[in-house]
Amino acid sequence: MALSLSNPARRRLRTLGFLSPWLVGFSVFFAYPLIATVYFSFMHYNQIKEPTFVGLRNWTYVFEQMPLFGPALRNTLWLVVIMVAVRVVFGLSLGLLITKIKTGAGFFRTAFYIPYLAPPVAATVAFVFLLNPGSGPVNEILGSIGISGPNWFNDPDTAKPSLVLLSLWGIGDLMVIFMAALLDVPKEQYEAAELDGAGPWAKFRYVTWPSITPIVMFAVVTGVVQTMQYYTQALVAGKVASGVNIGPGSVIQPGYPDHSTLTVPQLVYQMGFQNFNTGAACVLSLVLFAIAMAVTMLLMRKRSGLLAAED
Amino acid sequence: MTSTTLSAPASASTPERTSPNRGPAAARARRKRILHWIAVHSVAIAVALLFLLPFVFVFLTSVMSDSQAMSGDLWPDSWHWSNYKAVFETPGFLDWWRNSLMYAGLGTLFTVCSAIPVAYALAKFRFRGRRTAMLLVISTMMLPPQVIVIPMYLVWAQQFHLSGTLWPLIIPMAFGDAYSIFLLRQFLLTIPKEYIESAKVDGCGEFRTMVKIVVPMAKPGIAAIALFQFFYCWNDYFGPQIYAAQNPGAWTLSYGLESFKSAHAVNWNMTMAATLLVMAPVIVVFFFAQKAFVEGVTLTGVKG
Repeated sequence: MALSLSNPARRRLRTLGFLSPWLVGFSVFFAYPLIATVYFSFMHYNQIKEPTFVGLRNWTYVFEQMPLFGPALRNTLWLVVIMVAVRVVFGLSLGLLITKIKTGAGFFRTAFYIPYLAPPVAATVAFVFLLNPGSGPVNEILGSIGISGPNWFNDPDTAKPSLVLLSLWGIGDLMVIFMAALLDVPKEQYEAAELDGAGPWAKFRYVTWPSITPIVMFAVVTGVVQTMQYYTQALVAGKVASGVNIGPGSVIQPGYPDHSTLTVPQLVYQMGFQNFNTGAACVLSLVLFAIAMAVTMLLMRKRSGLLAAED
Repeated sequence: MTSTTLSAPASASTPERTSPNRGPAAARARRKRILHWIAVHSVAIAVALLFLLPFVFVFLTSVMSDSQAMSGDLWPDSWHWSNYKAVFETPGFLDWWRNSLMYAGLGTLFTVCSAIPVAYALAKFRFRGRRTAMLLVISTMMLPPQVIVIPMYLVWAQQFHLSGTLWPLIIPMAFGDAYSIFLLRQFLLTIPKEYIESAKVDGCGEFRTMVKIVVPMAKPGIAAIALFQFFYCWNDYFGPQIYAAQNPGAWTLSYGLESFKSAHAVNWNMTMAATLLVMAPVIVVFFFAQKAFVEGVTLTGVKG
């Protein structure tokens, strides 16, 4: 018994010991670079000469002069709104479908889940091939039934919707989350609603929906944060679809076609690692940070399940 | 089964209750159930086909001849298995495998070892600032990696001269990954504290309790974070692009694949073969560890 009631100082030391990997990681790999990002956002720095203080010049440059900032921000926000909405609706529909399947449930669950596992680069390369306007299987099949398919990743109007399509292929994680939430709805409530003569829609509206709203909220918020960092698929799709022979490491103009797939994270990379405009890149980073932080705050306030079991 | 109640036809329920198996109402209800079954399964089969067809087309193209792969044909005239051999013989391809395995293997090991004590403390210790610590973990989990990448790159490149290697990606994982800590902590909350208390009554110290009691009980949670981290590293593109781009010897499969397409600009067959080879390990591992996966995914979203 004596051991479990050790004195407060020893207990505190022990807690610190257990937390130490994270305490080091948080300070060195998170807090420090975050402060440094703020510092560099006020500096002119090309990663060779010493940084010099320029006040708000990087900030006014990004917001007022940088030609690609507008398109990149608009594309990112477009993706955040459309992609997240479409994914949540489709993920929920698939979750509902899978809970109604009685025969072969295991097979269907696996079939819907497995594309989620495909590495993003591989999935993107495969999709650019499948949707290739000239000879891709999809347009080939559409053609055989008399539809002339769109140019998908090669047309500024359909490039972002094509990315949404790609993201729907990898909906497996959301489907599983929604499936678990739907199976957790107490079935007595459905029986009670049935006795009251509720139809399928009324049952969804008054029984299912109230019980899954925290999960929907969770899916929306994490979806927004993930889409804020949308990078790999957009970049790879643009590079592969443009068909230009460009190896990694070479300077690229991301966002093909016509900057329609350029996102803020791509611009951070371009500014920081190709143009060596460290200041502007850090300003862009902080724009991302501000939006992500605002969303996270919202998540904390709503306590959508994340901290529910705190005590 | 919850699914039964979800799909039961509502309008037929009252007559069915009073006279089961008899009369026209029951027959109508049965017919409705069968139609419902057919409708649900037809939709499911159609969606499953759409989800699986990309894999089929990618595979069929991967065994076509060079010229046929550009033609838009859907079925290969003859099966060129040698494409796969050619992919493996592409300079660098085997190095990318080795680098991916090193990044994912060491990254996973480091993450698991550092996440266990932190998650244990956050789930089971009572101390001041516990809630704040948890909020900070969630905040870091939510932040785009681009927010901090520039100063981090400068430190690794200028102070430690480690650009052109994967170490700047692997080393930080020994200091706790927020997502893994969060997920494992959620799992540890479900372990009843009686087990831990009785271990302490028996004279176990906190560290021994963790190793002997908590870790064995948390195996499913640990398996989930290990798998997620392995696939995170395996799939990572941004990280290797930042640190390994200058040195092709340090590229990973995910990063190299895209350059592969550039180098074989017109060879969709080779590209698709390589694409499948990058996907293959993930899918194989999934079939061996399905349960841990699904458990992990649900844990993030549902169990509070």
